[in-house]
Amino acid sequence: MSTVHLGMPGVRPQHASPGSSHLRGDRSFPAKARTELANPVLRQNLQHATSTIQAKRASVVREVRDWQKLRDAGSALKWQVTDHLPEMLVQLEESVQAAGGTVHWARDAEEAGEIVTRLVLERGQQEVLKVKSMATQEIGLNETLAHAGVHAIESDLAELIVQLAGDTPSHILVPAIHRNRAEIREIFLRTMPDLDPSITDDPAELAGAARRFLREKFLDMSGSVAISGGNFAVADTGTVAVVESEGNGRMCLTLPRTLITVLGIEKIVPSFQDLEVFLQLLPRSSTGERMNPYTTLFTGVAEGDGPQEFHLVLLDNGRSAVLADPEGRSALHCIRCSACLNVCPVYERTGGHAYGSTYPGPIGAILSPQMTGVTGPDDPNASLPYASSLCGACYDVCPVKIDIPSILVHLRAKEVDQRREASGQFHGTWDVAMRGASKLMSSPRAYDAAVRASSALGAVKRTGNIGKLPSALPLIPGWTDHRDLPVPRQSFRSWWKDRERHGGAPAPRPDGDGPEDSPASGEDA
Amino acid sequence: MRISLMTTCLADVMAPDVARSTVILLERLGHEVVYDPRQTCCGQMHTNTGYYSEAAPVVRHFVDTFERQLDDVDAIVMPSGSCTGCVRDQHRLVAQHEQDEDLEKRAGAVAAKTYELSELLVDVLKTTDVGAYFPHSVTYHPTCHSMRILKVGPRPIKLLRAVEGIEVVNLPESSTCCGFGGTFSVKNSDTSNAMVTDKAANVVRSGAEFVVAGDASCLMNIGGKLARNGDAPRPIHLAQILASTREDPFVPSAEMLGRAS
Ligand code: SF4
Repeated sequence: MSTVHLGMPGVRPQHASPGSSHLRGDRSFPAKARTELANPVLRQNLQHATSTIQAKRASVVREVRDWQKLRDAGSALKWQVTDHLPEMLVQLEESVQAAGGTVHWARDAEEAGEIVTRLVLERGQQEVLKVKSMATQEIGLNETLAHAGVHAIESDLAELIVQLAGDTPSHILVPAIHRNRAEIREIFLRTMPDLDPSITDDPAELAGAARRFLREKFLDMSGSVAISGGNFAVADTGTVAVVESEGNGRMCLTLPRTLITVLGIEKIVPSFQDLEVFLQLLPRSSTGERMNPYTTLFTGVAEGDGPQEFHLVLLDNGRSAVLADPEGRSALHCIRCSACLNVCPVYERTGGHAYGSTYPGPIGAILSPQMTGVTGPDDPNASLPYASSLCGACYDVCPVKIDIPSILVHLRAKEVDQRREASGQFHGTWDVAMRGASKLMSSPRAYDAAVRASSALGAVKRTGNIGKLPSALPLIPGWTDHRDLPVPRQSFRSWWKDRERHGGAPAPRPDGDGPEDSPASGEDA
Repeated sequence: MRISLMTTCLADVMAPDVARSTVILLERLGHEVVYDPRQTCCGQMHTNTGYYSEAAPVVRHFVDTFERQLDDVDAIVMPSGSCTGCVRDQHRLVAQHEQDEDLEKRAGAVAAKTYELSELLVDVLKTTDVGAYFPHSVTYHPTCHSMRILKVGPRPIKLLRAVEGIEVVNLPESSTCCGFGGTFSVKNSDTSNAMVTDKAANVVRSGAEFVVAGDASCLMNIGGKLARNGDAPRPIHLAQILASTREDPFVPSAEMLGRAS
């Protein structure tokens, strides 16, 4: 896909605000992963959940004969949006205003937090209901509201579990994926005052308890305020779409007097008809359902029907900075289906918290560092592009065909280039090793000599494989801590040379113990 | 046909029998194999770790070495899915990073003639039965880059099924990455270890005597774990199975990916 040159922005795009944004952890990925990997319950919970959902997704995707064409369409629409984002945003603003809504522009998490808090306080509310939303999680809205004395209640079951536990979400779609039924029962018993202690960990009973807890909140919603995110915003009609499974969202979007929707600026689709593509792609990719139970579409306000006030807060918080990189910008195409998380062998083992951001998994590894920018080698987000074996499973499942592995490598290169250019910063263990290897591997003579030297090591060590050992070479211990390494024996190049000396006759098999021929035994290449 | 062998640096030093087997196999099929000892590495490690500027001299050297042969050989073969993927997809990126249009063009010409082993056998040499004999049970691990970048698909399995005496058994969760990922295995060694631990357990669960793949790097990872655990299955490269015959059968040595016969 060729990228469109977007021209020079009048204002330099800024990164996400470090203060309120939940986009950066306190430790690097390898350090956090080590902690998470040591938790066998977490691993079991995750493995069970991700493999179930992955299998469901695969089977409903298989049913759709034009799935690859749908993906192409989804991808093309999203490229159209990123190529024309400024115009489409203005179009969206006009459409929303024409339909009776109010549009607010928020440069970062703080601005968005201020706008929402002001709207809530102006309406005299101390409690607001929330529909599960990544954007409000990203900007730490609940905390901002709490500072102003406003209590936000999460209405999504999993989000509620996370909130009651005082925990943070670890998955885009299933925020409490790291918890099992027994743990959830404990959390409910601790936090729901009227709960009958005889409750079991049967999912139906647990959902029933949550429903009773939330219904009371829904019932006194007259004059109230609800806050949602949105999956899509249609530029030509001003319609916002919220896709969900539980129906709690539908209640929040229809019962209150005032609805505030916080939406990342990349959530635009050009026209109403384009929803047909995404409403096919999203449910199959995310929950593995043919169609999600509730899709709520709302356009501005309608007298006597639903909220009588609608505010749309358009959030940048680093998205313009992502847009500024032609090779990284397709990270903005994400429709938050979470298929890439469920299929990722790294996510499946470390869980979402290791990524330290609202956006975990493969998409988080390319989105978070681009949104925050990377301040230096010690920035925890600098480690995210390396949190992948580049296996490519994410790219295969992504409904909008984001080439995550290529962007990961691009971001690695960007970080290395930055360090190379900043004087005095290119002396790390890896920098030195990589420079050395580059010299060696671009010089056939030096390389040939190095191969001979390594084979000589094999002549000293008589057993077949290198076991656990402390090594002088910086790169080897990470390997031999966990697995054996073959001992270098006679190299191929030396075998080939022997064979040519024997007139190209089928060479004898090396006996496996023979030392390398001496460097003097043949001409250098 | 005249086929140029790019052994890959890893096979040259750490798994030479993989390269030897490639030569023996292709010669047995009646082809001439040429080998230019000036070859070193494809530059994948540098590229995937983000060191494009350091990859550039390696890529330049690779292109210099193999460009010279383009008129004299019918194909270039690499017994590795990920290195072939690097040549095909990433040399271009490195050249672009260096803003070297000439290198990009020349790299493209070399890449167009470069094949992974199973691609060469099935697509270019049009053969699936190479006359091999391997009376053992094996399970096939499709390495990520051969499966998702090169899309070799069923080619390796077709080649394996045509081997006399072989039993190919199913590998549970076969399409999950083994956790190698080049420098990932060192930079994120704990996560990599968790991944290869599961892969090794699935190999054991398959009940096969050998785990076969088209990449010596992934086999070193899986084999290294199996050896560390003291598990019975042994790693073997596709080339080693296809080179094995009744007259000259493969007999494993104590060395990983090595042979005693
Ligand atoms: S990157 Fe793709 S697969 Fe991952 S959550 Fe976003 S849309 Fe889904």
